[in-house]
Amino acid sequence: MWSFSSPGGRINLEEKLIGILEEYRENEGNLITLLQDIQAKFGYVPEEAVQWFSRELDVPESRFYGISTFYSQFYLKPRGRNIITACCGTACHVKGSERLINAALRELQLHDDQDTTPDGEITFEKVACLGTCSMAPVMVINKKMFAKMTPEKLKKEIKSFVKSSK
Amino acid sequence: MSRVTIKVCMGPGGIASGGPDVISAFESELNHANIPAEIQKGCSLHKVGCLGLCSKDVLVDLIIDDSKTTYQYVKPEMVQRIVNEHIIGEKPVSEWLAGEDYDTFYRKQVKVVLSDCGKIDYETIDSYISFGGYKAAEKVFRSMSPESVISEMKKSGLRGRGGAGFPTGVKWDACRAVRSDQKYIICNADEGDPGAFMDRAVIEGNPHVVIEGMTIGAYAIGASKGYVYIRAEYPLAVERLIHAMKEAKERGFLGKNILKSGFNFDIRLKLGAGAFVCGEETALIASIEGQRGMPRPKPPFPVHCGLWGKPTVINNVETLANIPYIMNKGAEWYSAYGTEKSKGTKVFALTGKVKNTGLIEIPMGITMREIIYDIGGGIEGNKALKAVQTGGPSGGCIPANMVDIHVDYESLAQVGSIVGSGGMIVLDEDDCMVNVAKYFLNFTQSESCGKCVPCRIGTKRLLETLERITKGQGKDGDIELLQKLGSDIKAGSLCGLGQTAPNPVLSTIKYFREEYEAHIKEKKCASKVCRDLLTFSIIAKTCTGCGACLRACASGAIAGEKKKAHRIDSAKCIKCGACFDVCKFASVDRE
Repeated sequence: MWSFSSPGGRINLEEKLIGILEEYRENEGNLITLLQDIQAKFGYVPEEAVQWFSRELDVPESRFYGISTFYSQFYLKPRGRNIITACCGTACHVKGSERLINAALRELQLHDDQDTTPDGEITFEKVACLGTCSMAPVMVINKKMFAKMTPEKLKKEIKSFVKSSK
Repeated sequence: MSRVTIKVCMGPGGIASGGPDVISAFESELNHANIPAEIQKGCSLHKVGCLGLCSKDVLVDLIIDDSKTTYQYVKPEMVQRIVNEHIIGEKPVSEWLAGEDYDTFYRKQVKVVLSDCGKIDYETIDSYISFGGYKAAEKVFRSMSPESVISEMKKSGLRGRGGAGFPTGVKWDACRAVRSDQKYIICNADEGDPGAFMDRAVIEGNPHVVIEGMTIGAYAIGASKGYVYIRAEYPLAVERLIHAMKEAKERGFLGKNILKSGFNFDIRLKLGAGAFVCGEETALIASIEGQRGMPRPKPPFPVHCGLWGKPTVINNVETLANIPYIMNKGAEWYSAYGTEKSKGTKVFALTGKVKNTGLIEIPMGITMREIIYDIGGGIEGNKALKAVQTGGPSGGCIPANMVDIHVDYESLAQVGSIVGSGGMIVLDEDDCMVNVAKYFLNFTQSESCGKCVPCRIGTKRLLETLERITKGQGKDGDIELLQKLGSDIKAGSLCGLGQTAPNPVLSTIKYFREEYEAHIKEKKCASKVCRDLLTFSIIAKTCTGCGACLRACASGAIAGEKKKAHRIDSAKCIKCGACFDVCKFASVDRE
């Protein structure tokens, strides 16, 4: 994970941002593609990156903020090393996605508006629909799709991360 | 020497069920030293898109010379026997073959959009060409004027498959008529309806058909640039489309002077960033321009003033995928399917509590009963059908007693639902209709862009009222409040999102009013879904005292000695349902 306070971090950051800026100019990008590129590089949208682009492009920071909070894809905080995505589509809902979500929150001991475990190990998120409705309920764990998910299978997967990180 | 073709389903269902592992198993098995060289030479292994019947995935088609056999539920460990007994020994492994229900699943379907999906190898343009791909583009560029393309489209009666159902030919004609130095065609692949995956399956299974359809559309309206606006949640569709565009460009089906016709057309991809409202045309345009995806009032319509103020046509993926087939086989052939006002076929994502879940394509106008009982094979676990939800958050619920309704634009609209983009979720006796309405409102409320007040505040109030009802705090007059608020939101909202958001509430009140009343007056949820209305207890007779519930209980409401029946203290119980979920002996009761 990127750390801005690390020695030499500033130079590293600038190099990455210049790369993104070049691509943006080459491909006639816009603020959405720019934010997508930033997120692809850093895993989230760091405030420092927005400040830098705001100066370079002479676009107010508020516009970046407006866009990044409008679309659900952008994250303004770093995410966990492992990502669990629960599908909340209609088919998943009627096939018991709520049970899975509750089981995940219990297992990860996450409360109300928390989405990442305090140690930064696991992020749990919900998405509207993953488009695999015929295999509902589905979950994606670190980019791997799990069909007909059960709370038991989910617990096993979560335990395997916890073990491998220790 | 026979030719052996192996096709492994790598559609959404195939991949989720382990399709990639089955592919690797075939690869390593066929490359094994024991396999005779002439057999190795005669075999070809292909990844194909959705074969349809996802609930039996991984599906594998084995084609020896011209005869096809289908295997179902294929796992990597089954591959060795299939290769040895069927490919080498020429004797199919009969117990793993798809059975009669596989045939009945297809019998009433008519495949137009999906006719090549699951047959062609999406990784190579040659495979698409060998099934007649880009023939329609050749025909159009060699022998048809833009006007004749449009008139053919009008004759076909094709209506937009994204949900609104506007005639495609009429839209094209309106854009053609506008004079401008630059026009655009946009493919809307921002399939945002939860419970729908038709567009994902079409792009992943046959990306070239979308490119070809778009190119023909561009030629008809006179656009030299196109955009595909696609959901970032569909990384595979993005990857396959990028690959297909590259191939099409190399072969001269895209780019400058297409097929030496002098016509130039190029497509760019724009990734959506996660906003349901961007399915609305003007919001989608704002998003491509790099702004917050908020709709604006119409008129002016995009055909007059669209992307960067230029005339723009926006078509849905499935609409565009129909076009090459219509151009090849003619408008008359296409319009022979369907009803008087709803022509052709429609792809649906059949999911929920039905036995055969998957991707289906039916001629417009067949009955819901045929879809659920013939194609879908009936309700899972022999439970009773309660309702069918169509049209996603903009649609409604059709009750079981209307199951003989014809599935077409007009008939569904008449009963308060819509065809929509094609999600069809079957609900059974275990589903609570108030909960379903709340589910959709939760979605539309959080996806409302906030620009207009009726939608922003109205959906919030609708949701709050539904939440109260499902928590047992409903009061007299709530149903009337929902109805009044719902009709006001529909009348006052700026775009399609708000104008249709109350539909799930209004249609469930219309057909399942007694469920709302039971929640409000008796504080009861007969389907046992709304947890706040339930009381959890342990059945002492069957409880083994394993302690699983005790460990799962976060509020310390469960007590009991090991190997003896446990108890729930209802004063401490927070009704989270964890005990019910973990009990392996069905000893937790909900009343």
